[in-house]
Amino acid sequence: MAEEKVALNVPQEEQALAPRQSRAKAFILKFIGRKTAVIAAGFIILLVIIAFLAPALEPYNPATPDYDAILSAPSAKHLFGTDEYGRDILSRLLAGSRLSLSVSLSSVTLGAGLGAILGILAGYYGGWLDSLIMRTADVLLAFPDILLAIAIVAVIGPGLSNVVIAVAVFSIPSFARIMRSSTLAVKQSLYVEAARSLGCTNRSIMWKHIFPGTVASIIVNFTMRIGTAILAAASLSFLGFGAKPTEPDWGAMLSTGRNYLGVAPHIVYFSGGIIFLTVLAFNLLGDGLRDTLDPKIQ
Amino acid sequence: MGRYCLKRVLGTIPLMLVISFIIFMFVHMIPGDPARIMAGKDATLEEINRTRQTLGLDQPLLNQYFMYLNRMFHGDLGTSTTTGQSVAEMIGPRFQPTFTLAGCALVWSLIIGVLLGVFSAVMRGKWEDYIGMLIAISGISIPVFWLGLVLIQIFSVQLGWLPTGGLDSIQSYILPSLSLGVGVMAVMARFSRSSMLENMREDYVRTARAKGQKESMVVLKHAFRNSLIEVVTVAGLQIGGLLAGSILVETVFTIPGMGRLLVDSIKFRDYPVIEAELLLFSLQFVVINLIVDLLYGVLNPKIRYES
Repeated sequence: MAEEKVALNVPQEEQALAPRQSRAKAFILKFIGRKTAVIAAGFIILLVIIAFLAPALEPYNPATPDYDAILSAPSAKHLFGTDEYGRDILSRLLAGSRLSLSVSLSSVTLGAGLGAILGILAGYYGGWLDSLIMRTADVLLAFPDILLAIAIVAVIGPGLSNVVIAVAVFSIPSFARIMRSSTLAVKQSLYVEAARSLGCTNRSIMWKHIFPGTVASIIVNFTMRIGTAILAAASLSFLGFGAKPTEPDWGAMLSTGRNYLGVAPHIVYFSGGIIFLTVLAFNLLGDGLRDTLDPKIQ
Repeated sequence: MGRYCLKRVLGTIPLMLVISFIIFMFVHMIPGDPARIMAGKDATLEEINRTRQTLGLDQPLLNQYFMYLNRMFHGDLGTSTTTGQSVAEMIGPRFQPTFTLAGCALVWSLIIGVLLGVFSAVMRGKWEDYIGMLIAISGISIPVFWLGLVLIQIFSVQLGWLPTGGLDSIQSYILPSLSLGVGVMAVMARFSRSSMLENMREDYVRTARAKGQKESMVVLKHAFRNSLIEVVTVAGLQIGGLLAGSILVETVFTIPGMGRLLVDSIKFRDYPVIEAELLLFSLQFVVINLIVDLLYGVLNPKIRYES
């Protein structure tokens, strides 16, 4: 009884904030306990900072050739060595971080946005719309990501903007599926029923009441898909369907570097190594977020 | 069980029809005149018109689709615009290298992946478990084409033990299958670990332990045996990924397989070959998924009896 009185005396705003704050605190505490995920998050934050500051950090112009330093091994002058035109590999990798992150982020954001809309529509309205959207998603999911991306690029042509589209398309089904199952789970809940009886429109129910409940699973999938997107974009560039060989793209650098594997293996080692570390960091972060946010594991 | 199999087999027919329609529409989605594209860059007006007639491009769209299906059923995959060869003849010899490569990769990755997963589950929470799972997540994150190049640099260029590419001997398959299988090994390790952990929490495992059975028997005879159904299903689904991964690995190791033909045909904009390759890759995935589904029905008594 005394506790009730205390609770009633707390101002309404504080009452609403208290559980939210404690939930955030609990999340942070639990996440910090996962060391590999924390290290991965640190690496990604560093990479994002590098991508933003790339032009200031680059020791040399990534596009300027130096014909006196063609295929130089790593040295004090060129920490990661130079490529077939004498361009500084470190500078190109720094410039490439901007390109790789922007391609992967934009493609996954596009895929997540479209997937979320389609998933929530399928789950909320059901019927033929659900069947149509989910059967199409099933067909797309039956194909490995890279083959689907290659097929799309074969139709719309090579180039980085088309890589964004290709990666976005193969990201759609996973988001649609997650969103649909989350929508189905909360559609019948009491608060959605209450919102409906209060006269809320379908649109407001979907975006104000159902969508916030699905954010956690979307965030986990989003993080994991970025790793996949970086890998897919690098694969397409490696095959010659993505960035032009002149662009400082990690996949394209790896592709040209393979021609000099015998004389300058550092090109392949550094450009592939950075792709590997970045994808690993996103996958570890995704794993950590999933373990922290998944109520089943909690 | 018969009904279950029949339902699954019949279910693939509409799926293949949808896929074939999408691939058929693919040529119509490419900007420009499909007849000009199919006839090739250097084709004369007469040749373009002939191609238009042969492919029925002057007919209504639905008629064209049925004509296309009819041609496919009769094994007529068209003619390459770059070599002038029949597409079926071009693709035929490419099957064996791709399937051998995928087969080799599947065998080693399954054995190592499952062993790693079971070992990690048994050592749960210990440093061996962390190392095992770090290997697994690294396997998922590593670009196969980079791994291939690193292996070439070490084992072919530096040590000279294995060939850098091509398919001159059985040794030529070692490095490509190692690169190709690493992702599947990682998926299998993660999956078999979680499946084993789930099964080791079950009542029958507790009962077996209470009866005083040896831990190795509990793990192998009870937990592992029950994990096997799910492990087999996931393993089957990885074959599709292996075939797709072969596109990259065949490019790195210059293996004359289906994947490399697809990449080359996209580069030369050889649409009849692209169209046929996409259809065959799709058919492979559908058939593999069907076999996995049927196998799951055979292995899982729940599905067997329900049907």
